Amino acid sequence: MSAGVPGWVEAVVAVLLVLSGLFVLVSAFGFLRLPDFFLRMHPPALAYTLASWCVGLAGILYFSLHAGRPLLHPWLIVVVLSITVPVTTLLLARVALFRRRSAGADDTPPPLSTPPSA
Amino acid sequence: MSSILSFAVAFALACYTVASLLVLVRLVRGPRAQDRIFALDLLYIHGMLVMLVLGIRYASDLYFEAALLIGLLGFVSSSALAKFLLRGEVIE
Repeated sequence: MSAGVPGWVEAVVAVLLVLSGLFVLVSAFGFLRLPDFFLRMHPPALAYTLASWCVGLAGILYFSLHAGRPLLHPWLIVVVLSITVPVTTLLLARVALFRRRSAGADDTPPPLSTPPSA
Repeated sequence: MSSILSFAVAFALACYTVASLLVLVRLVRGPRAQDRIFALDLLYIHGMLVMLVLGIRYASDLYFEAALLIGLLGFVSSSALAKFLLRGEVIE
Protein backbone atom coordinates (compact mmCIF):
# COMPACT_ATOMS: atom_id res chain seq x y z
CA MET A 1 0.00 0.00 0.00
CA SER A 2 2.08 2.86 -1.30
CA ALA A 3 1.12 6.47 -2.03
CA GLY A 4 -1.67 6.17 0.54
CA VAL A 5 -0.64 9.29 2.44
CA PRO A 6 -2.88 12.31 1.80
CA GLY A 7 -1.40 15.67 1.03
CA TRP A 8 -2.27 17.49 4.24
CA VAL A 9 -0.59 14.77 6.32
CA GLU A 10 2.57 15.20 4.27
CA ALA A 11 2.38 18.95 4.91
CA VAL A 12 1.99 18.40 8.68
CA VAL A 13 4.90 15.93 8.71
CA ALA A 14 6.99 18.42 6.73
CA VAL A 15 6.23 21.22 9.20
CA LEU A 16 7.13 18.96 12.15
CA LEU A 17 10.43 17.96 10.54
CA VAL A 18 11.36 21.57 9.79
CA LEU A 19 10.50 22.53 13.39
CA SER A 20 12.68 19.76 14.77
CA GLY A 21 15.57 20.85 12.56
CA LEU A 22 15.25 24.42 13.83
CA PHE A 23 15.07 23.27 17.46
CA VAL A 24 18.22 21.18 17.06
CA LEU A 25 20.01 24.07 15.38
CA VAL A 26 19.07 26.51 18.16
CA SER A 27 20.13 24.06 20.87
CA ALA A 28 23.50 23.39 19.22
CA PHE A 29 24.08 27.13 18.76
CA GLY A 30 23.37 27.76 22.44
CA PHE A 31 25.56 24.82 23.41
CA LEU A 32 28.42 26.35 21.48
CA ARG A 33 27.94 29.96 22.55
CA LEU A 34 27.19 29.87 26.31
CA PRO A 35 30.23 30.49 28.50
CA ASP A 36 29.87 28.07 31.44
CA PHE A 37 29.19 24.33 31.72
CA PHE A 38 26.12 24.76 33.93
CA LEU A 39 24.68 27.30 31.51
CA ARG A 40 25.60 25.04 28.63
CA MET A 41 23.57 22.16 30.06
CA HIS A 42 20.27 23.93 29.31
CA PRO A 43 20.06 24.35 25.50
CA PRO A 44 20.39 20.60 24.73
CA ALA A 45 17.06 20.11 26.50
CA LEU A 46 15.50 21.55 23.33
CA ALA A 47 17.01 18.73 21.28
CA TYR A 48 16.16 16.13 23.94
CA THR A 49 12.50 17.12 24.25
CA LEU A 50 10.95 19.33 21.58
CA ALA A 51 12.99 18.13 18.59
CA SER A 52 12.53 14.44 19.42
CA TRP A 53 8.82 14.98 20.14
CA CYS A 54 8.40 16.62 16.73
CA VAL A 55 10.18 13.77 14.96
CA GLY A 56 8.23 11.18 16.98
CA LEU A 57 4.90 12.79 16.09
CA ALA A 58 5.92 13.03 12.44
CA GLY A 59 6.88 9.34 12.47
CA ILE A 60 3.58 8.34 14.10
CA LEU A 61 1.55 10.33 11.55
CA TYR A 62 3.53 9.18 8.55
CA PHE A 63 3.79 5.49 9.41
CA SER A 64 0.17 5.26 10.61
CA LEU A 65 -1.22 6.69 7.40
CA HIS A 66 1.27 4.74 5.34
CA ALA A 67 0.22 1.43 6.87
CA GLY A 68 -3.46 2.29 7.21
CA ARG A 69 -3.56 1.45 10.94
CA PRO A 70 -2.32 3.28 14.04
CA LEU A 71 1.36 2.64 14.67
CA LEU A 72 2.70 4.17 17.88
CA HIS A 73 6.20 2.70 17.96
CA PRO A 74 8.05 5.98 17.13
CA TRP A 75 6.84 7.28 20.49
CA LEU A 76 8.95 4.57 22.14
CA ILE A 77 12.01 6.70 21.31
CA VAL A 78 10.49 9.62 23.20
CA VAL A 79 9.68 7.41 26.21
CA VAL A 80 13.22 5.99 26.26
CA LEU A 81 14.70 9.48 26.02
CA SER A 82 12.50 10.76 28.85
CA ILE A 83 13.86 7.97 31.06
CA THR A 84 17.53 8.09 30.12
CA VAL A 85 18.24 11.79 29.55
CA PRO A 86 17.63 12.98 33.15
CA VAL A 87 20.00 10.28 34.43
CA THR A 88 22.79 11.37 32.08
CA THR A 89 22.23 15.05 32.71
CA LEU A 90 22.18 14.68 36.48
CA LEU A 91 25.33 12.53 36.43
CA LEU A 92 27.14 15.09 34.29
CA ALA A 93 26.05 17.93 36.56
CA ARG A 94 27.42 16.02 39.55
CA VAL A 95 30.64 15.39 37.62
CA ALA A 96 31.02 19.09 36.87
CA LEU A 97 30.33 20.04 40.49
CA PHE A 98 32.73 17.38 41.83
CA ARG A 99 35.54 18.31 39.48
CA ARG A 100 35.11 22.01 40.09
CA ARG A 101 35.19 21.44 43.85
CA SER A 102 38.25 19.23 43.67
CA ALA A 103 39.95 21.81 41.46
CA GLY A 104 39.61 24.27 44.33
CA ALA A 105 37.08 26.67 42.85
CA ASP A 106 35.53 28.85 45.53
CA ASP A 107 32.26 29.58 43.70
CA THR A 108 30.71 26.15 44.36
CA PRO A 109 28.13 25.57 47.11
CA PRO A 110 29.08 23.29 50.03
CA PRO A 111 28.10 19.59 49.84
CA LEU A 112 24.60 18.79 51.03
CA SER A 113 25.50 15.42 52.53
CA THR A 114 27.60 16.82 55.38
CA PRO A 115 25.90 18.88 58.09
CA PRO A 116 26.93 22.53 58.20
CA SER A 117 29.30 23.37 61.01
CA ALA A 118 27.17 25.58 63.21
CA MET B 1 6.95 11.38 -1.42
CA SER B 2 5.80 14.83 -2.42
CA SER B 3 8.19 17.68 -3.08
CA ILE B 4 7.28 19.52 0.14
CA LEU B 5 8.08 16.46 2.25
CA SER B 6 11.37 15.79 0.47
CA PHE B 7 12.29 19.46 0.95
CA ALA B 8 11.46 19.19 4.67
CA VAL B 9 13.55 16.03 5.01
CA ALA B 10 16.49 17.71 3.29
CA PHE B 11 16.09 20.82 5.46
CA ALA B 12 15.96 18.78 8.68
CA LEU B 13 19.02 16.74 7.67
CA ALA B 14 20.91 19.94 6.79
CA CYS B 15 19.98 21.43 10.18
CA TYR B 16 21.18 18.29 11.96
CA THR B 17 24.44 18.41 10.03
CA VAL B 18 25.14 22.06 10.87
CA ALA B 19 24.16 21.45 14.51
CA SER B 20 26.49 18.43 14.69
CA LEU B 21 29.32 20.56 13.33
CA LEU B 22 28.66 23.22 16.00
CA VAL B 23 28.63 20.53 18.71
CA LEU B 24 31.83 19.09 17.22
CA VAL B 25 33.51 22.47 17.67
CA ARG B 26 32.55 22.34 21.36
CA LEU B 27 33.80 18.74 21.56
CA VAL B 28 37.22 19.74 20.23
CA ARG B 29 37.45 22.99 22.17
CA GLY B 30 36.52 21.54 25.54
CA PRO B 31 37.52 23.13 27.85
CA ARG B 32 37.04 20.26 30.34
CA ALA B 33 36.15 16.59 30.10
CA GLN B 34 32.51 17.00 31.11
CA ASP B 35 31.95 19.39 28.20
CA ARG B 36 33.31 16.76 25.84
CA ILE B 37 31.09 14.03 27.29
CA PHE B 38 28.02 16.24 27.00
CA ALA B 39 28.92 17.07 23.39
CA LEU B 40 29.29 13.35 22.65
CA ASP B 41 25.87 12.66 24.18
CA LEU B 42 24.37 15.41 22.04
CA LEU B 43 26.03 13.94 18.93
CA TYR B 44 24.39 10.60 19.75
CA ILE B 45 21.01 12.35 19.91
CA HIS B 46 21.65 14.03 16.57
CA GLY B 47 22.55 10.69 15.00
CA MET B 48 19.36 9.19 16.42
CA LEU B 49 17.25 11.99 14.95
CA VAL B 50 18.97 11.55 11.57
CA MET B 51 18.07 7.85 11.66
CA LEU B 52 14.41 8.67 12.44
CA VAL B 53 14.18 11.22 9.62
CA LEU B 54 15.79 8.76 7.19
CA GLY B 55 13.18 6.21 8.28
CA ILE B 56 10.46 8.66 7.27
CA ARG B 57 12.31 9.44 4.03
CA TYR B 58 12.55 5.81 2.93
CA ALA B 59 9.31 4.70 4.68
CA SER B 60 11.18 1.85 6.37
CA ASP B 61 10.92 0.47 9.91
CA LEU B 62 14.55 -0.68 10.05
CA TYR B 63 15.78 2.85 10.75
CA PHE B 64 13.56 3.03 13.83
CA GLU B 65 15.32 0.08 15.46
CA ALA B 66 18.71 1.55 14.61
CA ALA B 67 17.62 4.84 16.20
CA LEU B 68 16.49 3.03 19.36
CA LEU B 69 19.85 1.25 19.57
CA ILE B 70 21.75 4.51 19.09
CA GLY B 71 19.71 6.17 21.84
CA LEU B 72 20.33 3.35 24.31
CA LEU B 73 24.05 3.13 23.49
CA GLY B 74 24.37 6.89 23.90
CA PHE B 75 22.84 6.67 27.36
CA VAL B 76 25.09 3.79 28.41
CA SER B 77 28.29 5.35 27.06
CA SER B 78 27.76 8.82 28.48
CA SER B 79 26.66 7.56 31.89
CA ALA B 80 29.69 5.22 31.99
CA LEU B 81 32.03 8.10 31.11
CA ALA B 82 30.38 10.36 33.69
CA LYS B 83 30.67 7.61 36.31
CA PHE B 84 34.34 7.23 35.47
CA LEU B 85 34.96 10.93 35.95
CA LEU B 86 33.00 10.91 39.20
CA ARG B 87 34.49 7.85 40.88
CA GLY B 88 37.64 6.92 38.98
CA GLU B 89 36.20 3.59 37.82
CA VAL B 90 33.06 2.54 36.00
CA ILE B 91 31.92 -0.54 37.93
CA GLU B 92 32.91 -0.62 41.60
